[in-house]
Amino acid sequence: MWIYQKKLEFPISITNPDLGVAKALMAQYGGPDSELGAAMRYLTQRFSMPDDSLRATLNDIGTEEMAHWEMIGTMIVQSMNGASAAELADAGLAGYYTMHGRAVFPADPNGVPFTASYIQATGDPVADIAEDMAAEQKARATYEHIMNLTTNEQYLAPLRFLREREIVHFQRFSECWNILMELYPDGDQNKRCR
Amino acid sequence: MTENELLTRISEVQFVCVELNLYLDTHPQDADARSDYYSYSKLLGDLIAEYENEYGPLMGFGHSPVSNGCWVCSDWPWEKE
Repeated sequence: MWIYQKKLEFPISITNPDLGVAKALMAQYGGPDSELGAAMRYLTQRFSMPDDSLRATLNDIGTEEMAHWEMIGTMIVQSMNGASAAELADAGLAGYYTMHGRAVFPADPNGVPFTASYIQATGDPVADIAEDMAAEQKARATYEHIMNLTTNEQYLAPLRFLREREIVHFQRFSECWNILMELYPDGDQNKRCR
Repeated sequence: MTENELLTRISEVQFVCVELNLYLDTHPQDADARSDYYSYSKLLGDLIAEYENEYGPLMGFGHSPVSNGCWVCSDWPWEKE
């Protein structure tokens, strides 16, 4: 089970909002490489992992991703709070406002809603851990693109933190990859079947 | 410490615990990291207890045994600007 803690992993206070950044942030709230996708991917893949370290890493990184998802939602809602319909439309959010008002909804910046087809659980640990390593790099690239769109420190400070977490998670998944290579030195992970 | 200072301190110590936890997932036999994880976890528990005694519950489902404050009425994280 999970226990909620009524605080963010990293402090956020958007008092100088930028709706363009809020729109870009939706990539990390409901896009293919979003924090939501990361949490679902790892917490689902852990059930079919063949080793204690792999199960623990997927469980714990998946848990941290939920805290990151909350940080993204916080930045989006604090950006949209108080914005007029006209301001939202000027930022390219007319379609979003029409369907969701100022609510936080898991869609990407182009309005495409989140779908489970963004993630996989193949039951093959080599394939799944390789996907996880790629997912962390795609999320890092996405954070860098969002950071290129703003000079506002109220967004940049938490975004720097989140980008760095992608790098650390990639390091941990790389170690998981090495553990797998030791488990299956002949490359045949299907021998795990039991 | 003010509420925000204490929350910041909790977040700093918790971050150390998160990092050590993830590291220990792939290095479970690292005695130095285990020892660090133990001491920072104790410090985190003490800081959370200090916060909750002063400002009310930080966690639900029975994990914040304090009689003061209010789970429902305190601000949610996205409401703090």
